[in-house]
Amino acid sequence: MSNGAIEDTQVIPAAEIEEVELYHAHSFITKWVFSQDAKIIAIQYSTTAILIGLVGLVLSWLMRLQLGYPDTFSFIDPESYLQYVTMHGMIMVVYLLTALFLGGFGNYLIPLMVGARDMVFPYLNMLSFWTYLLATLILTASFFVPGGATGAGWTLYPPQAISEGTPGINGGIILMLVSLTFFIIGFTMGGLNYVVTVLQARTRGMSLMRMPLTVWGIFVATILALLAFPALLVASIMMTFDKLLGTSFFMPEMLIQGEIGPNENGSPLLFQHLFWFFGHPEVYIVALPAFGVVSDIISTHARKNIFGYRMMVWAIVGIGGLSFIVWAHHMYVSGMNPYFGFFFATTTLIIAVPTALKLYNWVFTLYKGNIHLTIPMLFCVAFILTFLNGGITGLFLGNVVVDIPLSDTMFVVAHFHMVMGIAPVLVIFAAIYHWFPLMSGRFLNEFWGQVHFWVTFLGSYLVYFPMHYLGFVGVPRRYYEIGETSFVPESAATLNEFITIMVLIVGVAQIIFIINIIMSIFNGKLAGKNPWKATTLEWQTETTPPGHGNFGKELPICYRWAYEYSPPGVKTDFVPQNLAPDKIK
Amino acid sequence: MSPQKSNTAVGQSAELKPGLVGLAEDWSSDQRAFKNVPWGKAMMWIFLLSDTFIFSVFLIGYMTARMSTAVDWPPVSEIFALSFGGDPIPLVLIAIMTFILITSSGTMVLAVNYGYRKDRKKTTILLLITALMGASFVGMQALEWSKLISDGVRPWENPFGASQFGSAFFMITGFHGFHVSVGVVFLLLIARKVWRGDYDTEKKGFFTSQKGNYEIVETMGLYWHFVDLVWVFIFAFFYLW
Repeated sequence: MSNGAIEDTQVIPAAEIEEVELYHAHSFITKWVFSQDAKIIAIQYSTTAILIGLVGLVLSWLMRLQLGYPDTFSFIDPESYLQYVTMHGMIMVVYLLTALFLGGFGNYLIPLMVGARDMVFPYLNMLSFWTYLLATLILTASFFVPGGATGAGWTLYPPQAISEGTPGINGGIILMLVSLTFFIIGFTMGGLNYVVTVLQARTRGMSLMRMPLTVWGIFVATILALLAFPALLVASIMMTFDKLLGTSFFMPEMLIQGEIGPNENGSPLLFQHLFWFFGHPEVYIVALPAFGVVSDIISTHARKNIFGYRMMVWAIVGIGGLSFIVWAHHMYVSGMNPYFGFFFATTTLIIAVPTALKLYNWVFTLYKGNIHLTIPMLFCVAFILTFLNGGITGLFLGNVVVDIPLSDTMFVVAHFHMVMGIAPVLVIFAAIYHWFPLMSGRFLNEFWGQVHFWVTFLGSYLVYFPMHYLGFVGVPRRYYEIGETSFVPESAATLNEFITIMVLIVGVAQIIFIINIIMSIFNGKLAGKNPWKATTLEWQTETTPPGHGNFGKELPICYRWAYEYSPPGVKTDFVPQNLAPDKIK
Repeated sequence: MSPQKSNTAVGQSAELKPGLVGLAEDWSSDQRAFKNVPWGKAMMWIFLLSDTFIFSVFLIGYMTARMSTAVDWPPVSEIFALSFGGDPIPLVLIAIMTFILITSSGTMVLAVNYGYRKDRKKTTILLLITALMGASFVGMQALEWSKLISDGVRPWENPFGASQFGSAFFMITGFHGFHVSVGVVFLLLIARKVWRGDYDTEKKGFFTSQKGNYEIVETMGLYWHFVDLVWVFIFAFFYLW
């Protein structure tokens, strides 16, 4: 019963620590509202993230309406267009993806998958959610202050972010910076929990090299976030001071409407470095949990162990480490020293090695597997394709000479959305379809799931493939309208219109998905226990959905790695992690 | 906030092997990567790592601003000088402040020691002395701020040279002073709990509903030493450079 790489446990290790008494809620409010149970907090996090994500989705529709049909919609003026761009970007990257992967899936899955009763600091975990909610509300409030939300672009580059002429410089940018500060404080509280739970609160037999890759992905991503968010925090504080106190950290001497401005000698480049020191690891904060989730889902639904588990773990760790030394590839156009650009181009291309390794391993996991084309599996296969696509255009942009002409075009938008928009979102869908039966005890509707998948998958390719082409012909990004140029052919307008129509169709599919979730909570097909026949501990709980304290009286004991699918000589085609060796049939 | 009742092993004691072999064994073992380290302490270490990044970014930002500004940096030894009737003595206030803060690390270590011996009285007194020193540090910082402000230094302007001096100084010492103040508040809270005997009677926390123990004194100590260590860097970069 050994897979050659990772042996079963022969001796049951003794418990090293006593169990901690859980906090037992007595009232409705402490049980469901100010809950300290990681599973409830996870659902609160996910719901908030998805709701604010829907705002981001609607903003993208408005943006596309303007791009597809310029001079048609009178309520979209240049200022509001810039505000849509900015808020769409910030909401999707930080408030949706980061919060959903780490706050949502992290909270739900980490304690269950490592065999703990809860996070190590449930009270801090609760504060984490409420601080995140506060940050989201402050962000939402910025739409309603005089002047509206900030229109500085999601990177918030100074000096324009806080200078006259940019929309939302009175209230919007301040609320944005304050909201980011709260988000980081809230995330730190949660992140400390995730890391300590993984390191110090695993169940007996659960060594780090037996953890499911989902936990590995979330764990490394959380460490990245704890080390990368400080740069954004400091940049936010400094920019807030530049705006409110009139300091000159980022503000150079400028002529403002013909007059010399009050600032002198600030360094706008400093902000870019700080922002991207956060910004690049942020890509992997989103991508690493997605990598982990995909590994687990394809292994389960192809009934085959993950190919190269140890390599997958080290690839996650390696990507995490490398992601801290590539940040300036976002700044090639800032006019940096060529040697500097050379260094960052090299590290950027090196990151392709562990990433490609992961892609190969996923493909080898599928190879000759007993593939069940369930909806989570479909989404995962779509992810692998999409991530490959986005990764390859990333190699284009990682080279200085190719990046400079492409940097301000739609090509960047297409690349970024393929690799960091569509790819992680496909994984989020896969994860929701996969774990919804665990969270609610019911399946999501299969038919509408198929509709959702095919429309989203094909639709997003029809959106972003043409956009690469638009970038090559030189259509600039973040422009309210292109107008007449000598180099952009007229057909670009038709293509823009086509993209807009596809965006709206894909958008409708997401509404179907939301309705599917709401309907299935009440009417979905009952799933029963462990419907996907998965090996990991979250499916081995006494009740589905898992109750307070996750497991029954005794914590599970982990005997093997998480990928014992179709082992030879065993009747069932999977062996759960906590099944004692003498009970295997 | 240390929810764990005890850090001793149940059933099997975690034997620690020295060196790299021990490290590899701990990390490839089950349950815990850091053997015999309570959750609260592990959390504090990781938090301090994150906080190190915050202070590092602050200081790197300050260095960048200082190097990229075209205006002369003010003469720090003259600005940070105090006169007691005679000639101004450079860095005198900051020397006293630094001395007090570093000394408070010593009293904190003693508090941790007496805490593990469950000597409630001595632990409380030492925690209170530490808190008092921290508070006097913040008080003297306020004095220094008021002196600079009366000299005309503001976050947005500085009569002695580059305006970034005022901005960075107030921001970074303010952020550090905020850390010290938070530390003082928690020192007082823990001193109160030690004095009441909460960690002997296993009284549940008001907010967390979890039992505490004397390990919290050590966790608090980690934070306090970190704040001291950061001060050494701020001191070096602002006053000696």
